[in-house]
Amino acid sequence: MSPELAFLQALNGISFGALLFILAAGLSLIFGMMDVVNLAHGAFYMLGAYIALSVVRTTGSFWVALVAVPLALGALGLVVEPLLLRRLRGRHLDQVLITVGVALVITDLIRLKPDWGAEVRTLPPPDALAGSIAILGNDYPVYRLFVIAFGVTLALSLAALHRRSRAGALIRAGVDDAQMLSALGVDTDRLFAVTYAIGAALAGLAGVVAAPVLGLQPGMDVEALVLSLIVVVVGGLGTLGGAQVGAALVGPADTFGKVFVPQFALFFIFAIMALVLLLRPSGLLGRIRVIR
Amino acid sequence: MNALAVRDLHAGYGAGLVLQGVSLDVAEGEAAVLLGRNGAGKTTTISALVGFLRPRSGSVLVRGRDLTGAPPHVVARAGVALVPQGRRMFADLSVREHLTLTARSIAGGWDERRVLELFPALARRLGNRGDELSGGEQQMLAIGRALTRNPALLLLDEPSEGLAPKLVREVGDALVSLRATGLSILLVEQNLGLATHVGQRVHVMNKGTIVWSGTPAELAGARDVEARFLGV
Ligand SMILES: Nc1ncnc2c1ncn2[C@@H]1O[C@H](COP(=O)(O)OP(=O)(O)OP(=O)(O)O)[C@@H](O)[C@H]1O
Ligand SMILES: [Mg+2]
Repeated sequence: MSPELAFLQALNGISFGALLFILAAGLSLIFGMMDVVNLAHGAFYMLGAYIALSVVRTTGSFWVALVAVPLALGALGLVVEPLLLRRLRGRHLDQVLITVGVALVITDLIRLKPDWGAEVRTLPPPDALAGSIAILGNDYPVYRLFVIAFGVTLALSLAALHRRSRAGALIRAGVDDAQMLSALGVDTDRLFAVTYAIGAALAGLAGVVAAPVLGLQPGMDVEALVLSLIVVVVGGLGTLGGAQVGAALVGPADTFGKVFVPQFALFFIFAIMALVLLLRPSGLLGRIRVIR
Repeated sequence: MNALAVRDLHAGYGAGLVLQGVSLDVAEGEAAVLLGRNGAGKTTTISALVGFLRPRSGSVLVRGRDLTGAPPHVVARAGVALVPQGRRMFADLSVREHLTLTARSIAGGWDERRVLELFPALARRLGNRGDELSGGEQQMLAIGRALTRNPALLLLDEPSEGLAPKLVREVGDALVSLRATGLSILLVEQNLGLATHVGQRVHVMNKGTIVWSGTPAELAGARDVEARFLGV
């Protein structure tokens, strides 16, 4: 491969990694706080993409969708957590199963809605980001550069909030020992609901940002779920830093895997995951959880 | 009115019953001690008091308010603060965050500054994470964190566990000075020296019930109690 092409593929890999970070951050956060692998995460992502489709059709603006979709998915999370997950508190397997149920309901509803439906749909990028620019003598889509900038900015802002804000401190404490936090006067039911909502909102946001690149089609939920699971397993479940590291690794690995060994691209990232699990079972940045 | 009134408390894990009718009072401003061997049910009692464990039957009243089976944050907001067994520091929070995140400030009450006056050793560690502290520092921080809640009732579960004798004395002196402020205290201990130094009233627990109650002086005279329920 020529150096120019390698550079463009690297950009593709980074941009895919940025998408994966947005997607996996919420999954990791929810697991860290509630010990629940949210298998509805892929469906939240898919729903986000389809809501964006409708918002763009009615308002004509991608930017409205970028704001409205996370709000809508956050609201959905605020309903799902107290209504379903809270009733099963302490029964982790049942909680995971109910997230599968949520995923099935969402994907069925998407399939049944006539203007969303079973076919492949596309969402064009916003006009301002529609064109290409010349990089090293090749045309490169501006929108992909936007994805990189957006993902990196989001990662940095989330990290800063996590480190410095009061909400971030509550999440760090809750991830570590939610019961102790409750004995200090914090309503952890509310904290869990808000965390779940933030996670759902991030999944929806990933759906909007990804739609102009990856399109909308049946099955996109499962694909997104599998990839984000790999990211958090590689990076380390339950931490924001883990999602960052995992996405930074899996995004480029997937892209270059598809270039070099197209038939085995998925095998390539599974191999990375297996290697990490062998060497560091808790993920690259994962902490060993103490069972009390 | 008592700071704490526990009546006929039954509680356990799964099908098994650990507490089989615990009754005990902590008077307003009193420092009471709960003694008992490993596995006697002391931590289970604390768990049932703070809402970690839902009692099967019986009642828990804090300053006359019925908190039986209430969730932990409700118990905490009613004025109960816990220094748990094992300290349970937040690994990913700085010392300063431990003293501010869950603080409930009242005029003239405990805050970060006053906790650092009580435990000057923590002042040098404000930027450190919870998991970077020594055992003694963790214990001070666990007590300080509970004090920033400005509780009416302070529960401590074996604060001397794993500490060197010098640090045990330091913790004991801190608890005596807290007692002097009029704070109501329930101290769970296995260290008899610390228990009788701090406690004004002693309750001995065995197999999930209170089997003896009295003053530290009476306990010193009751050799049989010590032999049957406390010695190893
Ligand atoms: N989470 C739990 N699940 C099941 N059984 C438990 C649990 N915690 C404690 N037990 C059991 O309950 C009984 C009382 O335990 P508890 O922790 O209350 O004792 P303790 O008096 O605090 O002892 P120690 O001084 O060792 O802390 C013991 O038999 C113990 O094995
Ligand atoms: Mg105990």
